[in-house]
Amino acid sequence: MRDVAIIGYGQTKFGELWESSFRDIIVEAGVKAIVDANIDGEDLDAMYVGNMSGGLFVGQEHISSLIADYAGLNPIPCTRVEAACASGSLALRSAYLSVASGHHDVVLAGGVEKMTDVADATAAIATAADQEWESFFGATFPSLYAMMARRYMHEYGLTIEQLSTWSVIAHDNGSKNPYAQFRFKTTLEQVMNASPVAEPLTLMHCSPVSDGAAALIVCDADKAQEFAPKDDIIYIRASTQASDTISLHSRESMTTLNAARGASKKAYKLAGISPDSVDVAEVHDCFAINGLILLEDLGFCKKGEAGKVVGDEEKIRIDYDEFVTVNPSGGLKAAGHALGATGIRQVGELYWQLKGDKNCKDRQANIKNGYGISANVGGTGGTVCVHILSNERK
Amino acid sequence: MVVRTWRHINERYCLIGTRCKTCGRVYFPSRNVCPYCRRKGKLEEYKLNGKGKVYTYSVIHAPPKDFEKIAPYVIAIVELEEGPKITAQLDCDIDEVYIGMPVEAVFRRIKEDGEDGIIDYGYKFKSLEN
Repeated sequence: MRDVAIIGYGQTKFGELWESSFRDIIVEAGVKAIVDANIDGEDLDAMYVGNMSGGLFVGQEHISSLIADYAGLNPIPCTRVEAACASGSLALRSAYLSVASGHHDVVLAGGVEKMTDVADATAAIATAADQEWESFFGATFPSLYAMMARRYMHEYGLTIEQLSTWSVIAHDNGSKNPYAQFRFKTTLEQVMNASPVAEPLTLMHCSPVSDGAAALIVCDADKAQEFAPKDDIIYIRASTQASDTISLHSRESMTTLNAARGASKKAYKLAGISPDSVDVAEVHDCFAINGLILLEDLGFCKKGEAGKVVGDEEKIRIDYDEFVTVNPSGGLKAAGHALGATGIRQVGELYWQLKGDKNCKDRQANIKNGYGISANVGGTGGTVCVHILSNERK
Repeated sequence: MVVRTWRHINERYCLIGTRCKTCGRVYFPSRNVCPYCRRKGKLEEYKLNGKGKVYTYSVIHAPPKDFEKIAPYVIAIVELEEGPKITAQLDCDIDEVYIGMPVEAVFRRIKEDGEDGIIDYGYKFKSLEN
């Protein structure tokens, strides 16, 4: 297997992009990434694009053709990748595997979701859960995470204040991210007193409905030098994925994501590091509780301790140096959650953070060891994809 | 969607799942493969008694279209006596539910496909304490 590098990144703003269509936003992100990587369209061997549900959100399937067409990149092969909210990082993993295997040299890994063209996105989002045995009976997607939160509170004594601090920090970070959907700060009281969605979760524990697209250019590590100066090359040291039951109720435990534990364990082994070496993490906080659970499942703290780490000590803040910096972008909560684009946006943030890019100058994590990790979750944890990036090739 | 409804009558009306003869594990809904025994597994129909305890729950205030009329309502994961956990609504007041509450399955109307469409029936759970 060959070493794989990232040499460019581009994204749209995430949010309610009324003026832009599905094809507008993925083309915008793709062109930005291509320009950022200093390559030409014809340098690309292939494209992989994550998208959860073009069919339900904009009534359009066959988006692989649409994207290659409107990007002006025919006949470069384009493939759509789908695993609910983990679609983006699975597209990156597909691109990574195609380059590592030696089949391709330069590949675009993108992600896109246009969610605001439908009046109510709830039904489409719910298809990430088991339609016949969860949604049929009236479970909504937020209610599944709410049940995880309730169970977590029961098992570990997590308080609503601790849980809500996640959202406060997310909005603080998002306020420093020009691409974020929400750039306003919030308070503990505002989070806890927001309208209830699925108890114990309020609207302010939930990530928003977002339009957005993001794209990375991945490249064979040897060839990367031809396009990019050394400081603009960041290496993918691990790309892993694990599966778990689609229904939450089929799991032994509802306070841990087995797929996140499995994928991250494998990723640390591949990268040859332990969680202590990670400077910055982008974790999938579609709902605040998932952020806390992932801190534990990725090995940053022990099971049951995330409430204290996040809520009481606020160790995840960008300026706290003794602990990993978590979601400097604002995470899904504040940066926005354009489903299929999220996995790419997370890794794009790590790319910027690790190379000290001007795009994150107001929210720069302290990079000591040169490692970043992302965890992207599909559904309630049925698919989890983990990436470890480093500014060192080996 | 009619076919999708009657295909599941055994499970949704009668709580019939499957049991693996090899390892003894009970599954609900039915599975065609035992994830633990795989090719060594042998699955047979198994009727659950419908009794269990609330494992976790939520009160839904932002319902999907089909459930707008009944919101807010309680959704729960119930741990059945035979082992499997299932997602269902609780037929109870929203402030009555707690983790560990003993419950029993009851046959209920779940939703309907508009005024002229089919009516979906299935299980909800009610408290055994009243």
